[in-house]
Amino acid sequence: MQTPKFSTSRVVADRDPHSRRRFLRNSGIGLAAAGLFLTGCEDDDDPIRMGDGVNLGTGDIGVLNYAYALEQLEAAFYAAVITGSYYTGSATSEEEDILGDLEAHERAHADFFKAALGSSAIPALEVDFSTIDFTDRASVLGTAQAFEDLGVSAYNGAGRLITNPDYLVVAGKIVSVEARHAAAIRSINSGSPTAFANSQVVDASGLDVARTPSQVLTIASTYITTSIDFSGLPQ
Amino acid sequence: MKLLSVFNQFEALANNETRDKATTRREAFTTLGKTLGKAATIALPLAAFMTPNRVAAQSSGDTVIDVLNFALLLEYLESEYYQTGLSTDSLLTGDTRETIALISQHETAHVEFLKTAINGAGGTAIDKPEFDFTVGGAFDPFGDLPTFMVLAQAFEDTGVRAYKGQAVNLMGNKDVLTAALQIHSVEARHASEIRRMRGSKGWITSDNNTTGVDAIDAVYNGEDNITQLGLDAVSITDVSRDRVTEAYDEPLSKADVTDIAMLFLG
Repeated sequence: MQTPKFSTSRVVADRDPHSRRRFLRNSGIGLAAAGLFLTGCEDDDDPIRMGDGVNLGTGDIGVLNYAYALEQLEAAFYAAVITGSYYTGSATSEEEDILGDLEAHERAHADFFKAALGSSAIPALEVDFSTIDFTDRASVLGTAQAFEDLGVSAYNGAGRLITNPDYLVVAGKIVSVEARHAAAIRSINSGSPTAFANSQVVDASGLDVARTPSQVLTIASTYITTSIDFSGLPQ
Repeated sequence: MKLLSVFNQFEALANNETRDKATTRREAFTTLGKTLGKAATIALPLAAFMTPNRVAAQSSGDTVIDVLNFALLLEYLESEYYQTGLSTDSLLTGDTRETIALISQHETAHVEFLKTAINGAGGTAIDKPEFDFTVGGAFDPFGDLPTFMVLAQAFEDTGVRAYKGQAVNLMGNKDVLTAALQIHSVEARHASEIRRMRGSKGWITSDNNTTGVDAIDAVYNGEDNITQLGLDAVSITDVSRDRVTEAYDEPLSKADVTDIAMLFLG
């Protein structure tokens, strides 16, 4: 990591997802200030809000922030699931047990990345789940399946981008749990005895899906409204 | 004798772990960035790391091949286990048979993938050893479905931990690393399904061995770890300790995996 160019106080202020935007709006100089801010951000490797978006940063920190972004998405989704009427009403006890565990696991992952990244962590992302019907089993389980499979493919594709062995190990510890989740959700979603690892997700060589950050974030952008600048991630 | 030869090779792999770590760490720093661009290689990992000059670019090709042979032994074990189960009259029927058939297909594909990768990289794939899944008559997996599922769970949970433990040894070759991760998550999908078919959660709570067979406690030793990157992963969240342990699968060293696998070598 290069030394961040911004002062600590400025970085901390920007951790609050609303503080800078509110300040800009209140001050009536939003556009001019935002333009200035974007210019000032160039070449900076510190993850920080840029306009209404976030920059993941560079190197391993960037990869960890990428993982943190996905864990935030999953955690926010399951937080909405467990307050929705499908979960509180019609879900079977098996479905409740699984979704309850997944909510806890993804929250644990998000809390971990936030703590591990410390002052380098991206702020809370804004999400839009308006296309998901939290009263409906098929909508909830279908989305859960998509998110879990996406998470597996993201970690599988990101391993090669990591340079610190300790970070790779942690990513490995998490991805297999995401794969366990994906299998369980797929199984209860379809009821088929082969859904957990069928040809949608495992190819003829027995390999799971791996996606690049670009591919993953394009898919995730349906639900994450905060603009994510991942241009600093390792290639 | 073939069996003895495999046994010796495997012992050598286990004993060389310390050397492997040091070599690989150095490789990781010297060869980073020398591999191909990511898009094409993610799509075609096998073709990419079979190219001989890419292997030659490593300071030592042996380490990656050692790791792949270690993985191959586990895949041989799993593959033969499921194939034997599927060919045993009336052991596997209905949905259970369909599930096991898919897992078996994957394990057999992993064997072929790893053999092709090892040979393509200029190494020599180990021969399949003889297995004794009864462990000298202690288990009856092919005469008793619950026992068959117990050992299946143990093999899948061990496989997840074994691949995870080798990831850092593959950092010098990003295409191999990616392929190994792609196998690793398939093993985790298998583990989840088998566990749930047995009535366990798909994930591992603390270091609980839910098989009911104390002899394979080692499969779960250390899964109760809560320290991640030096942080107490429980203290930084409101999530309960048990669920935090479920949220992270722990790696196993080559030596620990070897000890488990040795139980089933004939």
